[in-house]
Amino acid sequence: MNDMTPTREQREAKLEGMGCKRKRVEDARFTQGKGNYVDDLKLPGMLHGDFVRSPHAHARVKSINSEAAMKIPGVLAVITAETLKTVNLAWMPTLAGDVQMVLADGKVLFQNQEVAFVVATDRYAADDGINAVEVEYEPLPVVIDPFHAMDADAPVLREDLAGKTTGAHGPRKHHNHVFEWTVGDKDLTDAAFRKADVTIKEMISYHRTHPSPLETCQCVCSFDKISGELSIWGTFQAPHVIRTVVALIAKIPEQKIHVISPDVGGGFGNKVGAYPGYICAAVASIVTGKPVKWVEDRIENLTATSFARDYHMTTELAATKDGKVTGLRVHVLADHGAFDACADPSKWPAGFFNIVTGSYDIPTAHVSVDGIYTNKAPGGVAYRCSFRVTEAAYCIERGMDILAQKLGMDPAELRLKNFIKAEQFPYHSALGWEYDSGDYHTAMKKMMESVDYAGLRREQASLREAFKRGETREIMGVGVSFFTEIVGAGPSKNCDILGIAMFDSCEIRLHPTGAGIARVGSKSTGQGHETTWAQIIATEIGIPADDIKIEEGNTDTAPYGLGTYGSRSTPVAGAAIAMAARKIKAKAQMIAAWLLEVHEDDLEWDIDGFRVKGLPEKFKSMKDLCWAAYHAVPPGMEPGLEAVSYYDPPNMTYPFGAYICVMNIDVDTGVYKIRRFYALDDCGTRINPMIIEGQIHGGLTEAFAIAMGQEIRYDDAGNVVTGSFMDFFMPTAVETPHWETDFTVTPSPHHPIGAKGVGESPNVGGVPAFSNAVNDAFSFLGSTHIQMPHDFWRNWQAAKNLGALAA
Amino acid sequence: MAKTHVTMKVNGAEVEGLVEPRTLLVHFIRENLQLTGTHIGCETTHCGACTVDLDGMSVKSCTIFAVQAEGASITTIEGVANADGTLSALQEGFRMMHGLQCGFCTPGMILRAQRLLQENPSPTEAEIRMGISGNICRCTGYQNIVKAIQYAAAKINGVQYQEAAE
Ligand code: FES
Ligand code: FES
Repeated sequence: MNDMTPTREQREAKLEGMGCKRKRVEDARFTQGKGNYVDDLKLPGMLHGDFVRSPHAHARVKSINSEAAMKIPGVLAVITAETLKTVNLAWMPTLAGDVQMVLADGKVLFQNQEVAFVVATDRYAADDGINAVEVEYEPLPVVIDPFHAMDADAPVLREDLAGKTTGAHGPRKHHNHVFEWTVGDKDLTDAAFRKADVTIKEMISYHRTHPSPLETCQCVCSFDKISGELSIWGTFQAPHVIRTVVALIAKIPEQKIHVISPDVGGGFGNKVGAYPGYICAAVASIVTGKPVKWVEDRIENLTATSFARDYHMTTELAATKDGKVTGLRVHVLADHGAFDACADPSKWPAGFFNIVTGSYDIPTAHVSVDGIYTNKAPGGVAYRCSFRVTEAAYCIERGMDILAQKLGMDPAELRLKNFIKAEQFPYHSALGWEYDSGDYHTAMKKMMESVDYAGLRREQASLREAFKRGETREIMGVGVSFFTEIVGAGPSKNCDILGIAMFDSCEIRLHPTGAGIARVGSKSTGQGHETTWAQIIATEIGIPADDIKIEEGNTDTAPYGLGTYGSRSTPVAGAAIAMAARKIKAKAQMIAAWLLEVHEDDLEWDIDGFRVKGLPEKFKSMKDLCWAAYHAVPPGMEPGLEAVSYYDPPNMTYPFGAYICVMNIDVDTGVYKIRRFYALDDCGTRINPMIIEGQIHGGLTEAFAIAMGQEIRYDDAGNVVTGSFMDFFMPTAVETPHWETDFTVTPSPHHPIGAKGVGESPNVGGVPAFSNAVNDAFSFLGSTHIQMPHDFWRNWQAAKNLGALAA
Repeated sequence: MAKTHVTMKVNGAEVEGLVEPRTLLVHFIRENLQLTGTHIGCETTHCGACTVDLDGMSVKSCTIFAVQAEGASITTIEGVANADGTLSALQEGFRMMHGLQCGFCTPGMILRAQRLLQENPSPTEAEIRMGISGNICRCTGYQNIVKAIQYAAAKINGVQYQEAAE
């Protein structure tokens, strides 16, 4: 070998494969204003559509008069439910097995519900048209408090369901009941509670909030009357599913529907579902023969498309007196709003809420969830979490703290005592999951040492003494959270959306010069797939990441995939990428064997090519093999080098982490100061540490927002009182704390590269850490549980209720 | 509605157009001029995605009318790169420090940061956080945006950027 031969390290480094902090491919266009977001699209003759919305939360629609609107210059059409009925689209199916009005059909069921769709030559004219549409309403009594939705005399909300005693998920027990979902062994659980030394019971609410990506939901629909083809550019986290839904409900052959998700400005679950805007824009394009753009404004986004959470969880734990948890019982009242439009896998009306036993070896548990209708916006999306997993993690992590308080035990100690042990994996939980891998004790201890947990508790004790002596008005909280996520939905045996198994896919095509393209069924909404997917391929087949172009979001070119949400991209699409790459590698190995005149088994893989075992100079690089694939394949072999893989995961993945939040609160003002936030994550194999850290920062910031103030709140009449960024808490750089990140690595045993997914962990683990910190701060004043969100005013109120304010 | 003629300088070039008196500057920039790097995240002056530089000030272009910008000199994200086409110090900083994810807030953030560094060439972390508090990012948690701005400040000031210890 001469001096010019690159070293192994140089060859590795050139690939920029897995584990490398590769800089992002996307950034060149995003930093120069050259992204391609939906609203950037301008087609010739394009029209704009916008909604007339209901000011009432519940009302009969007596009449809609669009005469005046049609006289406004530029207004071309006003579409109502009556128009949509002619094409059988006044209602649409939801992903949760319910139906939803596209436009108000006879009545409205939540404030800002879509009533009519005005189509005009530009967005200003459309707005004029909206103001000129006259709608006569007859207000009806509203159901806002979920705890009164099933009162005997509660108003009937869903008249379309009259007489239907069975819904998509079994029997309905009241006219405002959606479903009841139960899991676990009730008798065994009840017995555990009878025998318990200590029990706790607390109603823990996880309030209604909203994902609010910075780009709202939007689309451009263009119907070609001659070819009968419909093109839809939209902010879709799951473009292929949208195509199938459109085919099913609009009865257009699926090959004539082209769904394209261009660059998407954040998703966080908001952009999984199908919304009336998409349907109306498509119908408007079919009616007018022109492309139609629909762009939601922020107020519409917050008040009408896809809230998250709104789970009210009566939580009970049973334990021995020395702190071994023996049983868990949870009843959830789930407020679904006016229509059940959750974007959960079809058979899971409460998502994966049965991950609620968390990180603990709890022998028996029982969960029941009652979904109910109220006069609020539909949705129930997984806001930066796997389906209902953040609710479950909050429930168990608050529950453990409340139990620790009752037992007089340290909350970290109680967790360590009840963790599933490393040797128990794969672990079968009482509520039916098989956890793939974990090492909780190691993660927890690393966290406790990193922050000097014992020291924090000593400081807290002395501050409490000082508070009692009247020397300070500040109280200190230490919030511990240890979460286990369940992501990567999911195995076809238990996960589907509208009957489509939740696999994902990748197609890789290598070109003669040793470069290539990979098309994937996932869809980045900021996670940087164009960067990380190429890293997986680089490591698998030894082609530099820079030489692999990644493409997603075009349903004509990408293989069918179920999209990006529920942290499923790395666990499912990431696996498909590795498997497709391995098919390519296997073919390349046959070509190499033929060229080197040896048996395939005599070859070994070496970073970026195949080498004959024992004869290091006999080597064919992947780049050479790409060329060979197009001109010198073995006899009988097809030329070319490409592969497709559809990956049906054998199991979910279970990322976990140990978080801690240290906070001081001034009792007289309720003002809090986050002193420290440390997050240790274990997401298995790490593909790009820079991107992982970025995901954790972002998820923690969303968790901070949710726990400390972000809420979609309704008044008694059903008006949304937090419907703009003025009232809906959006942390800026000033409020947002500094984040410390750390990690352990416990690979997933069933995933081809051992990766588990990370984007949602910080939201799932972060919310309980913040809330536990606030609750821990107040606990010595006699409180057991204070509901979120913990804004200044509520903190001040908590102090007042506990008699802690100066007289 | 009757239209008004407006002229202004955008990214160094004289531009003109016919707008309604109520046309927002952001719509004039995005739709008439087809400069779509300036984004809309709220239309209520809260998010900063629409930030442009107007006569030496950071301005939320969803909050002024195009007619109010008559005669103004405006810089949008399309006018930020160096004259030779390379990334400006801030654009480079955002890429190097992973200061962006979905990229939707990025043009506004960069425009705001550029003005901030002109107002205060060596800001502290607290000054940076306060200085960009009119711009919301939903993805990054700001920590890497702060680093991106520190990186750019160091580069512009000709000093070595030192990443603060975690
Ligand atoms: S769009 Fe102008 S501040 Fe949000
Ligand atoms: S990068 Fe997505 S909003 Fe900032």
